[in-house]
Amino acid sequence: MNNFLLYTITIVLLLVSYFKDKKKTFQALKKAWRSFENILPEFLGVIMLVGILLSVLNPPVISKIIGKESGWFGVILAGIVGAITLIPGFVAFPTAAMLLQNGAGYMQIGAFVSALMMVGVVTMPVETRYFGKKLTLLRNILAFLFSFIVAYIIGKVVGGL
Amino acid sequence: MKLIKRYQFFLITVIIMLVLLTINRQTGIKAIRITGYSFKEMALVIPPVFVLLGLLDVWVPREVMIRYMGESSGLLGIFLAVLLGSAAAGPLYGAFPVAAVFMKKGVKFTNVLIFIGAWSTTKIPMFLFEMSALGARFAITRLLVDIPGIIIIAYILTSFVTKDEINEIYKKAEML
Repeated sequence: MNNFLLYTITIVLLLVSYFKDKKKTFQALKKAWRSFENILPEFLGVIMLVGILLSVLNPPVISKIIGKESGWFGVILAGIVGAITLIPGFVAFPTAAMLLQNGAGYMQIGAFVSALMMVGVVTMPVETRYFGKKLTLLRNILAFLFSFIVAYIIGKVVGGL
Repeated sequence: MKLIKRYQFFLITVIIMLVLLTINRQTGIKAIRITGYSFKEMALVIPPVFVLLGLLDVWVPREVMIRYMGESSGLLGIFLAVLLGSAAAGPLYGAFPVAAVFMKKGVKFTNVLIFIGAWSTTKIPMFLFEMSALGARFAITRLLVDIPGIIIIAYILTSFVTKDEINEIYKKAEML
């Protein structure tokens, strides 16, 4: 559904652009290709790394890591697991729901989901290409710490009831 | 030689994959399957994102982007950064090339960072999905904490880097 919308918008805009100015449109496509080709090596590497990591860190392993422990130790572990894995949302949320059913606390799941989305250890090579080492590292560290604030509040608001 | 150097990181992951395959065939096959799946996701989402980027680059004048999201865009700039990031599709690594074009067009650095934060965590399609999987209370709480969070993180990050470092990043974006 989402992809369909993305493609529709892109194709419509491309057609509008083509009718308005052919030369500019080809220029745009050339630019698109150049910036894609530029970052392709990092993309490919990241995708391979995700495959390797997820084959080792699958849901049963994750639930073993954060399922039984409670308290901040479990929260920190959940945050670390979330930070190094990169799971698409439509897999991550059902996984998180499953972990909840298996006895993980809301605080742990809050840290897991938040770190999963905001921290990208495996995507760092891509991020570094654009933002440099220092900023990439800082952004990921801050996002990681922020995940614990999110976890704490979710634990209070959702788990406290 | 240059090609090998560019693909160095990718080649290392290929070697790890081969090692994994020889040590533990089952896990290795699973890794290949997951990689294939992610590859399909990339092949589907990335081409339109880059085409849109090309169009944005060619058609939207720098002055317009500066007016709406540049140095003196104020609250409107922040709002647009959150909105554009939240409306995005695709994995986080798709956000960085978009950010590069934003920088090329003179978007304020904090707004670029807010955009990345929003792309990473407040995506609207994901929010709906999160609600159905983890409940409205969970999803809404996270969203309400995340929006001020990503804005604050953007300002803290900016305070950590010097003007020169920011200029350096903008110059690099120009070449990408």
